Amino acid sequence: MPIDPTPGVPTPGDGLPRPHPRPHPRPSEGGGADKARPQRPRAAKREPSELDRVVRDKVRALPGSLTYLDLIRKNKRDSVLLIVAMFVLNALVGGAIGGAIIPLFASFDSAGSTMVSYADTLSQDPMNADFDGMASEAMQVPSQILGVDAGVFRDTGRATLFALIGAAVMTLVTLGLALEAWFGGGRFLLNRVHAKEITKELDPELFNVVDEMRIAAGIPMPRVYLIPESALNAFATGRDPEHGIVAITTGLRAKLTREELQGVMAHEIAHIRHYDIRFSMLMAMMVGLIVLACDALLRVAWYGGWASSGRRSGGDKKGGGAIVIIFMILALILAVVAPFLAKVIQMTYSRRREYLADAGAAELTRNPEGLASALKKLAEDKEPLVETANRGMAHMFIMNPLRKKKSRHERGSVFSSHPPVADRIAKLIALTR
Amino acid sequence: MGILAFLIFGGVFLLVVVILVFIIIGLYNKLVRLRVDCDNGWSQIDVQLKRRYDLIPNLVETVKGYASHEKETLDAVISARAKAVQTHDASDQGAKAMGQAEGELTQALGRLMAVAEAYPDLKANQNFLSLQEELTSTENKIGFARQHYNDVVARYETSRQSVPTNIIAGMFSFKEREYFEIEEPEAKNAPKVSF
Repeated sequence: MPIDPTPGVPTPGDGLPRPHPRPHPRPSEGGGADKARPQRPRAAKREPSELDRVVRDKVRALPGSLTYLDLIRKNKRDSVLLIVAMFVLNALVGGAIGGAIIPLFASFDSAGSTMVSYADTLSQDPMNADFDGMASEAMQVPSQILGVDAGVFRDTGRATLFALIGAAVMTLVTLGLALEAWFGGGRFLLNRVHAKEITKELDPELFNVVDEMRIAAGIPMPRVYLIPESALNAFATGRDPEHGIVAITTGLRAKLTREELQGVMAHEIAHIRHYDIRFSMLMAMMVGLIVLACDALLRVAWYGGWASSGRRSGGDKKGGGAIVIIFMILALILAVVAPFLAKVIQMTYSRRREYLADAGAAELTRNPEGLASALKKLAEDKEPLVETANRGMAHMFIMNPLRKKKSRHERGSVFSSHPPVADRIAKLIALTR
Repeated sequence: MGILAFLIFGGVFLLVVVILVFIIIGLYNKLVRLRVDCDNGWSQIDVQLKRRYDLIPNLVETVKGYASHEKETLDAVISARAKAVQTHDASDQGAKAMGQAEGELTQALGRLMAVAEAYPDLKANQNFLSLQEELTSTENKIGFARQHYNDVVARYETSRQSVPTNIIAGMFSFKEREYFEIEEPEAKNAPKVSF
C-alpha cells in the first residue's frame, strides 16, 4: 500500500497532496462503528448491531495508513484492467466467429458447393493451407462430434438467416437504448421511476448540498430530481458532467441528516465526474455483443453451416484433424463460457466503480463518516426496493435496488452489481482512523 | 553509399526533431490547461465570496429586528464585511491578504450566529432560517471551492516545477500560483458553526 504522498513531492496523475484535510467532527471512536444512531430504536440499547460488528472486524483487517488516494488509485487501476480483459474476451469471441464464418457462407445451398470448392482450392495453396485448411476441416468435424443430421434443417440458409436477423434486431435494440441514454440524458429512466425535476425554491437544502458537492468536484451544476418513493435510494446519470443528473427518493431525502445527504450526493457527483455512465454503457454494449456473437456461434455450429457443409465436403479431405478438433472444441467451450465470463467482468467492474465513487465522495467531502452513516441507514432499511427499477438500471443506484430481503448482509457474489455494504462502510470508516 | 548514410541520418534527425516539437507542444498545452483550471477555480471562489457579501446586509437587518442591543456583534460583522470587500476589490492585495480578511469575516459571522441562538423568536423566523441555510451553505461552498482551487493549484505547481515541464514553464513564464488559505484557526470548522 503506497504511503500518503507528502505535499511538495511531485506525484504523477491525480495522486496529489491534499492541502486542506478537514478535521473529522468525531475522530475515530471505537473504529467509528457506533456512530449515526439518531432516532433508531436500536440505539437506545447501546448494543452494536450485527452490521456494526461485521464492519468493525473488516476495518481492523484494513491497513492503518489507508487514504482515499490509495483507494482511488487502486480502483482506477482495476477498472482499466477489467476493461482490457473485456476487450480481450471480445477479441477471442471475434476470433472464434471469424473461424466459423467461412463454413457459414459455405452452407448456403445455392452458393455452397462453389464456396466449398473455393475453400478447397485455397487450402491447396501452401500460403493459405493453415487457415483455410482448418476452416474447411472445421466443416466436417461437428457433424461427427454433435451427431446432428443436417437434414433436420435442410434449408440451412434459412436457419442462419434467422440467426442473423435475430442478432441484428438485438443489436439495434441495444444500440437504440444506448443512443437514448446518450442523447436523451436518461429521461427514459427518469420517467420510468416518475422522477420530477426540482428547483431551488422547493428544497433549498438539497439544492445547496448538490451545489456544494459539484463545486468541490469542479463540474457544472447537475439537474436535481426527486423520485416520489418511500424506498431509500439515489442515482446519477448523464453522459458527461455537462449533462449530469442526480436523483434521490423522497424516502431517503427525509431520512438523512445534512452531513449524510452530503455524502450521498458526493457519491453521485463522483459517478458523474468519473464518467461512470459512459463506461458502464461501453461495458453493457460489449457484454451484449459477446452474448449475441456466442449465441450465433452456437446456433451455426448446431444447426447450420458446419454440420451440413461437413457432410457435403466430407470425404474430400483428411489429415490435420486433431488440430481442427481442438480448435472446434475450444471455440465451442468459449461460446458457452464467454457470456458468463463477460457478465462476471462487467459486474466486477461495476463494483469497482462503486468503491471508486465512495472514495471519490471521501475526496470531495473530506468527511467519509457522512457517507458511511448514510450507507448504514440504507443497509438497515426495512422498506421494499424501488419497485419501478429493473436490472438494466441497477448499476446507477447507490444501493442495488433489486436486492432481496435475505441477501442484505450477504458476502456478495460475482454477479452482484454492488459490493457488500459492510465492505463499503468499512473502507470509509478506515479512512477516518 | 555516402548519400544513403546522409539520408538515413537526416531522416532520423528530422524524426527526432518532429517528436521533440510535439512533446513541447503537448507540455505547453498541459500547462495552459492547468492555468485555465486555476483561473476557473479562483472564479468559483470569487462567486461564493460575493454571494456572502450580498447575504450579510440582509442577515444583519433581520437580526437587528429581534436583537437590536447586540450592537457590538452586529457592528463587528459590518466592519469585517467592509474590510473584506475592500481587500477583495483591491486586486493587487493577493490571495494571502484576502484570506486574512475573509477569515475575520467568518469569525465575526460565527459570533453573530452564536448570539442568535439566544433569541427563540429570531430562530423561529422563516426569513432568518432561510438566510441561515443560505449562509451555512455559502460558507460550505467557499470551503469546497477553496479545496478544489487548492487541488488544482497543487496540480499546476507540480507540473510547473517538475522536469521537463519546468523548462517550458520557464521559457514561457508560467507564474507561480498561491494557495488560498483562510487565515483563522476556527476557519476550518466554519461549516459546522451554525448546526
